[in-house]
Amino acid sequence: MTALALPRVLARRPSRGVLLIAALAAFLVLWVVLRGLHTLSLGASQLTPLHHAVNDFNDALGAGRNTNPLFLYFFNEIRLVVDEFVTFVQAVIAQPAFGRPVPLIGWLGVVAIVGYVSYAVANWRVALPAAAGFAFLGLQGLWQESMDTLALTLSAVVIALLFSLPLGIWAGLSDRFNRLITPVLDFMQTMPTFVYLAPLTLIFLIGPASATIATIVYAAPPAIRFTAHGIRSAPHDTVEASESLGATRRQTLVKVLLPAAKRTIVLGINQTIMAALSMVTIAALIDAPGLGKTVVKALQTLDVGTAFNAGLAIVVMAIVLDRVTTAAGARAERARLDTRPTSTLVRRVVLIVGGALTLVAVWFSTTYLWAAEFPPDVSVGPAIAQAATTVTDWVQTNLSPVTGGIKDVVTLVLIDPLQMLLTESPWWLLAALVVAVSALIGSARAALVSAACLLLLVGTGLWADAMATLASTIVATAIVMALGVVVGVWMGRNQMVDRVLRPGLDAGQTMPAFVYLVPFLALFGASRFTAIVAAVVFAAPVAIKVVADGIRSVSPTTVEAATAAGSSTWQLITKVQLPMARHALTLATNQGLIYVLSMVVVGGLVGAGALGYDVVAGFSQAQLYGKGLAAGVAIVLLGVMLDRLTQAAARRSQ
Amino acid sequence: MTRDKWVRAVRQKVWISAVAAALALSGCGGAKIGETSSQGGSGNCGEFKIAINPWVGYEANAAVLAYVAEKELGCKVTKKDLKEEVAWQGFGTGEVDAVVENWGHDDLKKKYIDEQKTAVSAGSTGVQGQIGWYVPPWLAKEHPDITDWNNLNKYADLFKTSESGDKGQLLDGDPSFVTNDESLVKNLNLNYKVVYGGSETALIQAFRQAEQNKTPVIGYFYSPQWLFAEIELVKVKLPPYTAGCDADPEKIACDYPDYDLDKIVAKKFADANGPAFQLVKNFQWTNDDQNLVAKYIAEEKMSPDAAAKKWVDANADKVKAWLPATS
Repeated sequence: MTALALPRVLARRPSRGVLLIAALAAFLVLWVVLRGLHTLSLGASQLTPLHHAVNDFNDALGAGRNTNPLFLYFFNEIRLVVDEFVTFVQAVIAQPAFGRPVPLIGWLGVVAIVGYVSYAVANWRVALPAAAGFAFLGLQGLWQESMDTLALTLSAVVIALLFSLPLGIWAGLSDRFNRLITPVLDFMQTMPTFVYLAPLTLIFLIGPASATIATIVYAAPPAIRFTAHGIRSAPHDTVEASESLGATRRQTLVKVLLPAAKRTIVLGINQTIMAALSMVTIAALIDAPGLGKTVVKALQTLDVGTAFNAGLAIVVMAIVLDRVTTAAGARAERARLDTRPTSTLVRRVVLIVGGALTLVAVWFSTTYLWAAEFPPDVSVGPAIAQAATTVTDWVQTNLSPVTGGIKDVVTLVLIDPLQMLLTESPWWLLAALVVAVSALIGSARAALVSAACLLLLVGTGLWADAMATLASTIVATAIVMALGVVVGVWMGRNQMVDRVLRPGLDAGQTMPAFVYLVPFLALFGASRFTAIVAAVVFAAPVAIKVVADGIRSVSPTTVEAATAAGSSTWQLITKVQLPMARHALTLATNQGLIYVLSMVVVGGLVGAGALGYDVVAGFSQAQLYGKGLAAGVAIVLLGVMLDRLTQAAARRSQ
Repeated sequence: MTRDKWVRAVRQKVWISAVAAALALSGCGGAKIGETSSQGGSGNCGEFKIAINPWVGYEANAAVLAYVAEKELGCKVTKKDLKEEVAWQGFGTGEVDAVVENWGHDDLKKKYIDEQKTAVSAGSTGVQGQIGWYVPPWLAKEHPDITDWNNLNKYADLFKTSESGDKGQLLDGDPSFVTNDESLVKNLNLNYKVVYGGSETALIQAFRQAEQNKTPVIGYFYSPQWLFAEIELVKVKLPPYTAGCDADPEKIACDYPDYDLDKIVAKKFADANGPAFQLVKNFQWTNDDQNLVAKYIAEEKMSPDAAAKKWVDANADKVKAWLPATS
C-alpha cells in the first residue's frame, strides 16, 4: 500500500515543496528589507473608530432595555421562561424551595436516581461508579454547589437539545442549510465567552438565567454538528432501498436515518454536556451559582487548595456524565443487534426492582434530614485542599528555578523569532504569504477564505495583536502535536497505558483552567510561555486521544504483515502506523488548533497580552468594550482561517 | 452479555437493596424535614441586594454591611458575585441595590449616574485607595534609591525578563483598572516595557514569588489590598499628582491620584430611603478596619460572615453610628 502511494507523492511533492520554499524565502528577503513598515500596531488603551462605534451601540442597547419592544416582547419573555425552568430544576435538587429548608430531593435520592438512570441507559458497570462519583461530591463537602452546577448544566443541555436536534436533522437533510449554519456554529464555538457575557447580562439580566443562556450558546453547536453528521453519513444503500420501497421522506427519516445516526447523535449530546460543564466556571462571573463560584472566590486569595477541591468536583461530574453518555451510545448500538428475550427479561426485572428502590430512596431524601443534607462531619474536602496546597507549595519552591530556565529558552528560540517575523512584517507582505501557503498546502478555496479572513482582521484594527496571538498559537499547537504523536502512539499501541492515562487526560480537559493558573504563574511568571503551557494542558488531551484512536484503527493484519516482514518497532511506527493514521494526525492538528485558540482568553489572564488581554480588559472596562469585542471577532477569524486551512490540507493529503 | 453475568448483576442489586433497606430502617428515627422551627426576624427592611465585586477589600466592606443589615435591621440580604461593569448595569435592571467600594470609574459614573440616571453616589467609605508602582520590600531594602522614579533607569537591567527583551519589565495589568503606564514610561523616558499580566492573580503571585525568592520585580498595584498584610510592598515615587495633570492620556507624566473610595447605589434604592439605604449611606470606616476584616478572610480563611461578626462584636460603637436614627 505504501509502495503504491509512493510514485504519486514523488511526482507531486517536489513542485509544491519548491514553491513553498520559494514563497518563504521571498518573504524572508522582503521582511529584512521592509521590517517595521505598515505593522498596524495599536497601543493597549488606544481605540479605533470601530471600537468607539461598538461602545456606543452597546450603550444604546443598555439604555433602551425598558422601552424597546424587542426587549419587552422577545428577550424578556425568553428570560422569563428560562428563569422559571432553571429555578424549578434548582428547587428539585439544589436550592431550598417550596417552603422547605432543603431542596425537594436530597443527596440520597439524587445518588439513587443517578445510579438508576445510568443503569437504565447503559449498564451496571457504569451505574455503580456513577453513583459512587456523586456520593464523592458530597464527601468533598460540595454537595449543594455541585447540585447547582448540575442543575444549570442540565437545564442548559435540555434547552439546547430542544433546538439543536431539529436544527441538526435539518442540516443533515438539506445541503443548503448545512452550508448556512456551519459558519454560525464556528462563530458560536470560537467566540470567547468573555465577549458576550457582559452584553448578555444587559439583555437577560444577572444570574442563573443568563448563565444558562450563555451556556446554551456555547454548548449547542456540537449537538447540531454531530446530528447532521450522523444523518449525512448514514449508509447510502439503505436509504436508497427504503426510498425505492416507497417510503415517504418522513418514514425514511424516522425508520432509517435516525436509528442509523443514533450513536453519533448520542456522542453529540455527550459533547454538548461536556461543553456546558466547561462554561460553569466562567459563568460564575455573572453570578451563576455552583462550583464555578467556589473556584473564582478561592482564586481571589490564591487559595489553590480550595479551588482544586472544587475543580476536582467538576472533573468527577464530567467524567461520570461522559462515561454514562458514552456507554449509552455504545448500548444504543448493541441493543439494535442483540434481541435475545432472556437478557431483556432479566433487565426488565432489575429495572422494575431498581425503580422501586430508587423511589424509596427519593422518598427518604424528601422526608428525613439525614438523607436530604449530606452529613457535614464526614467531609474529605479539607484534606484534599490541604494536600493540593502542600503539593503546589512544594512544586513552586523547588521547581521554579528550573522551569524559569525552560521558559527563557523556549521564548528565546521559538516564540520571540516567530513573533518578530509575524508582527514586524508589513501586513500586506504577511497576508500575501499566508494566502500563497493556503493555496499551496490547501486549495484555491482555502486561499480565498484566508484572504477574506486576513482582510477582516485588518478591519478589526487589531492586526498586530492578532499576529502576536497567532505566533503563540503556532508554538502551542506544535507542542500539542509533538505530545499528541508521542503519547498518542504509546497509548494506541498499548492498552494498559491507555487505561492509565485516560482519566488524567479527561482531568486536563475538564479541570477549570483557573485552578492551575496560580501554580503556573509561580513556575513561569506572567509570560507568553505560561499561556502556551495552559493551552497545551487543555488541548493536548484531545490531540492525544485522536492520535491514539487513529493508531489503534490501523488494521491489525497490516501491522502483522509488517512485523512478519521483519520491521523493527521504530520502522513499524514511522513507516506503517503513522502514515496510515495520517487522517487522524490532521484531524488532531485541526482540533488541537481550535482548542488552543479557545484558551487565548485564559492566556490573556497570565501574561500573553495581545488578543487575550484585549478581551479580558474589554470585559472589565466599559471604554474598552468595543476593542474587546473586536478582539473576540479577531480570534474567531483566526479560528476559521486555520480550521479551513488544516481541513483543506487534510483533504489534499488523502 | 452472557446470562451468567445478568444473574450476577441481579444478585448484586438484591444485595444493594438489602443494605438500602437496613439503612432505611435505621433512618426512621432521624429528624424529619420541616419539624425544626424556622427562625426569621423580618423587620421592615425588606430585600437588600448587594453586589460583591471580586476583590477581598470589597468583600470586607460587603460582609460587614450585610451582617449588620441582617442582624440589626432584619433585612433579607442577597449577595451577588459580579464584576464591576456588570454590577453597575444591575442598578438599571433592579438586580443590584448597592456597590460598596468603588475605585473611581469616572467612565461608569458618567454613563450610569449622569446619562442613564440609574445610580447615585452614597458618599465615601472612608477608605483611601492608592494606585501606583510597587517593589517588594527586600528590593527596597537592598537598593533604597530604587523607590524614586529618577533612578529607575539605573536598575532597568535588574528587571529584564523573557517578555521585555533588552528593557526592564514593568508588570501591569489588572484588567479592571485603567492604566496610564505606557504613557508614563514614554513620557518619563524610562527604559522599560509594560508587560500585561492580565489578572490580579498574576500580579499577586509575581510579588509573592519575588519576595520569597528575592528576585527583582516592579509592577502596578494598589492599596488597600489583603496582600499588604503578608508583604509590605513599597511604593515608587512618581512625579506628584496635580489636578488636571492626567487630562490628556497621551501626555501623562504624573502619579495616579488618590482615590476616595465611595459607595454607589441604585437610584430607586436611594429614593425609597429604607433602613438598608440609611445604613449604606452612613457606613464609613478606615483602611485599618478594612485591612483587618480582609485579613480575617484572606489569611485566616474565615467565612465573610464570621469575619464580619468578629469585627462587629469588637467595634459595637462604630456600628452604632451607622444605624438609622429611628431604630
